[in-house]
Amino acid sequence: MTPSSLQKTALNSVHRELGAKMVDFGGWDMPVEYSGLVEEHRAVRERVGLFDVSHMGELEIHGPRALELVQKVTVNDASKLAIGQAQYSALLYDHGGFVDDILVHKVTPEHYFLCVNASNQDKDFAHISTLNTVNATVENAGPRFAQLAIQGPLAKDVLGKITNTNLAHVKRYHFVDGEVCGETARFARTGYTGEDGWEIYVAPEHAERIWRAVMAAGKEQGILPCGLGARNTLRMEAAMPLYGHEITASISPWEAGLDWIVKLEKGDFVGRDALLQQKAAGITRYLTGFEMTSRGIGRDGYEIQIGGVGAGWVTSGGPSPTLNKNIGMCFLPAASGTAGKAPGQTIDVMVRSRGVSAVTVPLPFYKRAK
Amino acid sequence: MYPENYRYTKEHEWVHVENGVATIGITFHAQKELGDIVYVEVPKVGTHVEQGKTFAVVESVKAASDIFAPVSGEVVEANDTLAATPELINAEPHTGGWIAKIKLSVPEEVKALLSAVDYQAFAGTQD
Repeated sequence: MTPSSLQKTALNSVHRELGAKMVDFGGWDMPVEYSGLVEEHRAVRERVGLFDVSHMGELEIHGPRALELVQKVTVNDASKLAIGQAQYSALLYDHGGFVDDILVHKVTPEHYFLCVNASNQDKDFAHISTLNTVNATVENAGPRFAQLAIQGPLAKDVLGKITNTNLAHVKRYHFVDGEVCGETARFARTGYTGEDGWEIYVAPEHAERIWRAVMAAGKEQGILPCGLGARNTLRMEAAMPLYGHEITASISPWEAGLDWIVKLEKGDFVGRDALLQQKAAGITRYLTGFEMTSRGIGRDGYEIQIGGVGAGWVTSGGPSPTLNKNIGMCFLPAASGTAGKAPGQTIDVMVRSRGVSAVTVPLPFYKRAK
Repeated sequence: MYPENYRYTKEHEWVHVENGVATIGITFHAQKELGDIVYVEVPKVGTHVEQGKTFAVVESVKAASDIFAPVSGEVVEANDTLAATPELINAEPHTGGWIAKIKLSVPEEVKALLSAVDYQAFAGTQD
């Protein structure tokens, strides 16, 4: 795709002004790094970083029976949500594979706000619309929102300087509507980094002003603009799945270790029957973490061998800036016994046709101190 | 920026020939594009490499990149210090971050490579 045919966020010119390295990310012209991936990664772990994640999609579901539709298309139990609460969930196909992983926000009992993956937003919208037999209004609202992620232990201090909205009482996976720089904003205490932080939804026309205000307010805290490169290493350390890697149309939540988001007892939903069947039959592969024990870096898509025989593949892999180790996640056969559940199994990651030894470890690699 | 006595490729390698032996590395532009370099696989001494074929791998946090041999010949020395300090390629791409030395088997290959001025113009248009 040529640069001109790529989709651009409202902050495109800001990234270019900052000298960001830009890449084609699923059809979007996005910053992969500014000052350097490792430095940006550390800023988020130790202080605070600002990401443009406006490529993410937003879907709005309105109507008296909105909850029924949300319950039918997602695996988690949205009926448990309080107003102002967000929930990690997923859309599945009938066969139990992932359409997408999503965040469901309950705005009112008749209004749910979904944050979905950038490259899946049209697919998700079509999927939900097809299943909409309750006359809900489903809107593909991506163009109405820019999204800034302020992540890191000092995120709250930075944000506090530029908003009068009371964020002190907002718990993790909750959100509040308020104002920043005099403009309407939704502040969700969510993120994709393994740190505390906020994802702020604003109208695209105000994104640039708010970006600059956050950067200026965060100067004292050592804020850095952060690209998708750091976002990926941060989420990998926290073992947060990435669509197309840990979760795909042919992977089920059981296999991906996402049992905790599936609420079978909530009643029927798309994919439930397949999940029940798979639960009864037992899964044939697990997602597990690994650490390289010999020199070499396991990367996305590399084959895993056990005893010289193909056993699985790396879903995400690379150096961990926090742990200073080469880590990754991979699928291994359940038949190999200890894989996934019990760490310590020796495996070979095939790096350029050569087996490099690694050992399975529990996920996540990194968990922030509470 | 780019030493005038070196030759360059459009794949962003540099070649410095002395007495029929080419010292090879990646350019300032290349290391900047790759970002923080965390791993380097250098060729084994004694192997024969062919122009345009992969002879080393440089990995950043983001990705693994094949490095293509800019000239053909026998590897006579490899920069083993890169195993412990791969970041030398970021810090000193044109000096301490060299990757390998190749005894030229086809010396005329060097003549077709870019001059510093031409490379600078080429790399500049890539930004």
